[in-house]
Amino acid sequence: MALKGNLRDFTITQLLNLINVAQKTGTLFIEGPNEKITVSFRDGKLAYAQAGQEDTSLVTVLHRSNKLTAAQHRVIKERTGTMSDKELGLLLINANYITQQDIITSLQTYFINTVNRLFTWVEGFFHFENEVLPPDDKITVRVNLENIIIEGSRRMREWEQLQDEIPSLDMALKFAERPGANLRNVNLSVEEWRVVSYINPKNTIRQIGQATKMNDLEIRRIVYGLIQAGLVEVIRPDGKAAAQAAGRVPAVTGSKEDQKSLINRLIRRIRSI
Amino acid sequence: MQTVKMVVTGPFNAGKTEFIRSVSEIDVVSTERKISSIAERIKNTTTVAMDFGRITVDDDLVLYLFGTPGQRRFDFMWEILSEGMLGFIVMVDSTRPETFREARSILETFRAYAPTPYVVAANKQDKKDAWDLNDMRIALRLDPKVKLLPCVATDKETVKAALLELLYSILAEMDEN
Repeated sequence: MALKGNLRDFTITQLLNLINVAQKTGTLFIEGPNEKITVSFRDGKLAYAQAGQEDTSLVTVLHRSNKLTAAQHRVIKERTGTMSDKELGLLLINANYITQQDIITSLQTYFINTVNRLFTWVEGFFHFENEVLPPDDKITVRVNLENIIIEGSRRMREWEQLQDEIPSLDMALKFAERPGANLRNVNLSVEEWRVVSYINPKNTIRQIGQATKMNDLEIRRIVYGLIQAGLVEVIRPDGKAAAQAAGRVPAVTGSKEDQKSLINRLIRRIRSI
Repeated sequence: MQTVKMVVTGPFNAGKTEFIRSVSEIDVVSTERKISSIAERIKNTTTVAMDFGRITVDDDLVLYLFGTPGQRRFDFMWEILSEGMLGFIVMVDSTRPETFREARSILETFRAYAPTPYVVAANKQDKKDAWDLNDMRIALRLDPKVKLLPCVATDKETVKAALLELLYSILAEMDEN
């Protein structure tokens, strides 16, 4: 019977551990709220992974890992047309473009990164199909799952911590107004500067993440760092605040004098308790 | 009859229910459940929806005190509870520094929900392992302008003092605007 369920009840760590211990061969299909990820295993080891319709062709993976330049990527794509990954790999090795180790390392990194994305998923339907493997023309790898599980568990803990710190990505950011907070005197990474450039009470953290092409973990990590450094504060986005204010029951109604009178009545009453 | 409300928030086991119980004229309407998680089994029950206390001011005015659930998985209640509040009190357990980060996060979340005045109550200051207020201010990253008050949630006088300080802050803000 196929292994199936929801990550809500059976975490990705538990799933990978099961596949590892049982030395399963087959493919795990996981459908999250926003994307699908497919991961194949041979004898309990990671063999292949693909996120949605992402281009996983060898030439693109090599380009992403900086083994091929953009120009090389474009030319090879044009000229190799229907050539399989295995054929292309042999061609590139024989032409001394890259080594066999470059191919294996690039594919391993890409597959592991794809699996790592799953560690931030709190829910998603999954099912495991025994003996189903990627097409023969795809290059597979053999990566032990133990290290992936350990690294993934660490990421999960970090993810939970970051979720506690930044519960919602629908909040916006503003620069802290405390004295001495000056961005010019701070050493920021390129990624941090990219995020900083989008900070505006109108932009939600989620929108900043999309604009800077960062996933939820990456944007949370950077925002958390900026908050910890006291450079930014989390606020409600401009538009949303206005919408909420419009729909909110006013805390105290009446003129300013009426409001102050009401507060003074409360003060007198509490003093008398 | 006019009703106004204040919200008492803070991490799990900070003393929110006790705080409201100390000054409410009615038995606190508490929606508590037995704790299921071993990690959180510091006490036997926890608030899952809200606590609700009342102080009648006069024939025309009633103050309601709402306590938020301390566990994060019930935080969907926070925004609902924060609507229309006069201000809020963040309760922090002075003896459990491991909850300070959570308290800071809750404070920021509530500030984002509604930019109303607030004070921070350092609860359990009667315990020998309670943190010093100055150290707590640093650990909680509180602005010097934010009132950090010593508190013992079971002691009516310190609870009254916290409520009064919040009301003074509300008055001060009205004067500023």
